[in-house]
Amino acid sequence: MLEIRLHGRGGQGVVTAAEILATAAINEGRFAQAFAAFGPERRGAPVLAFTRINDKEILLRAQIYEPDVIVVLDHNLVSMEGLEEGLKSNGTVVLNTASEPEALMKRFAEAGRIATVDATDIAIKELGTPITNTAILGALLRATGIVRLETLEGVFKERFEAYAEKNVKAVRSAYQQTKVLDRRGRS
Amino acid sequence: MKRLGLSGNYAVAYAVKMADVDVIAAYPITPQTTIVEKLSDFVANGELDAEYVNVESEHSAMSACVGASLTGARVFTATSSQGLAYMHEVLFMASALRTPIVMTNVNRALSAPLNIWNDHSDAMAERDSGWIQLWASSAQEALDTTIEAFKIAEDVLLPVMVNIDGFIVSHTYEPVTLPDEGEVKRYIPSKPLTNRLSPRLAYSVGVVGPPEYYYEMKYQAVDAMERSRQRIKEIEADFNRRFGKDYKDINAYYMEDAEYALLAMGSMTGTARVVAESLRRRGERAGVVSIRWFRPFPFERLAEILEGVRGIGVMDRAVTPGGPSNPLFVDVASGLYGMAERPVLQSFVAGLGGRDVSTDEFGMMFSKTKEAARSGRAGPCIYVGLRE
Repeated sequence: MLEIRLHGRGGQGVVTAAEILATAAINEGRFAQAFAAFGPERRGAPVLAFTRINDKEILLRAQIYEPDVIVVLDHNLVSMEGLEEGLKSNGTVVLNTASEPEALMKRFAEAGRIATVDATDIAIKELGTPITNTAILGALLRATGIVRLETLEGVFKERFEAYAEKNVKAVRSAYQQTKVLDRRGRS
Repeated sequence: MKRLGLSGNYAVAYAVKMADVDVIAAYPITPQTTIVEKLSDFVANGELDAEYVNVESEHSAMSACVGASLTGARVFTATSSQGLAYMHEVLFMASALRTPIVMTNVNRALSAPLNIWNDHSDAMAERDSGWIQLWASSAQEALDTTIEAFKIAEDVLLPVMVNIDGFIVSHTYEPVTLPDEGEVKRYIPSKPLTNRLSPRLAYSVGVVGPPEYYYEMKYQAVDAMERSRQRIKEIEADFNRRFGKDYKDINAYYMEDAEYALLAMGSMTGTARVVAESLRRRGERAGVVSIRWFRPFPFERLAEILEGVRGIGVMDRAVTPGGPSNPLFVDVASGLYGMAERPVLQSFVAGLGGRDVSTDEFGMMFSKTKEAARSGRAGPCIYVGLRE
């Protein structure tokens, strides 16, 4: 089972990103859960959301404490203390940042794989607004291959209707631009 | 059959749409969920031909449901926590007037402090309102149970509350397979109930029932609940046959040779099963019992399942301050009282106000239950995860 924790701020579509990812896995015939650590919903407040993906039915209903992957939608949260808490050793971090992955090796000393993309820049260019949830999913796919890009784009079409095309462009652009540093001997 | 990623709330909304309800009356603000938001979309889009009544409170929502049901309409509403509490007095009228309303209760904690997260205090406070209470543990089960609920309600003429855990089921996206809509329509054909209020058939309901009459009328609702046991079993068997499911009053996991087991309701049984599986791999004879029907409470079948089991941990997600124990525990204990050799019962309270219950905490509950089973003696109620 793959467990993913997403960090962002209210208004960036963190929960939507978790749901889209789960829906894509479900559409590929697998099992998935997406849920949020809900609180009073305020624009700008830090938000956590979670996705579990598995090849068989998921019975577990507890929160995720030791994720395999951490995804960060907000570039200011990359430096937040405790962000990497619980990440499995050799786990993956996917970050919205203009920095190169090599520059973050010390920051994420335990991570087996670091992927970076300037999702804010892509979102502004493609969507005209800094909502980074779809762009960061492009980086996640590049780093993990967890679902196919076409499946994800299919979910955008169902979910965003008129805005689907712009989001498809954002996710493709992020997929192309993502830089992945692999310390586990694979790339 | 279409397999989708849906939240528990949306799964319920799809079920209600397939049930082709006539009237939905709901209060749209907190603690309401996206169930009625989705339903109002369906009505606005023309996908569901129903009267959608946006009311100013849950008290009015339930009152409107009772009135609509008395005219023979198929009626649905949804609520949570304070909303359910605000319906309280009308819930008793709904059951005593024998109105087959179906309601989803998204289980959330009661204030104070204000809390929108999951526990079972809302439903437990309405235990004696005369409603059938069914509990679902996943989005798929929420959808299926809602479809069954209409059949049950209209067959036994009692209202049915379908409980789903707040956030853990209601707001979690997971795979849901939609049943064939034609088959649902054949299972629960939408036709007006007979002998109901109309301009042609005018009579008074809910009038004064003095001591000469009240008792008998109340007893009819009690008797209807008692008789519903057999009918729900038959209706569920029919559902299972038509839709390829295996729903029961109680789900028992690894109970054939269990030495000890945890008993719970709702989504927490999923995590309990995961932990029981890992205990089984280590040679432990651990089991899990999940109560699906809380009212009517299936105590006879529970006693059959627990025959030969030495210890049971009962996990309550609600409290009865000052009581002999907490609500689920009390029902289990009195339900098993007639057994010649009863298992030892260890009480647990966990997850109040949405506090997460981790796999480690389930491990602890299993281990304390095993201790009680082995020693033949249970300790006082354990408040799992409580900071001191």
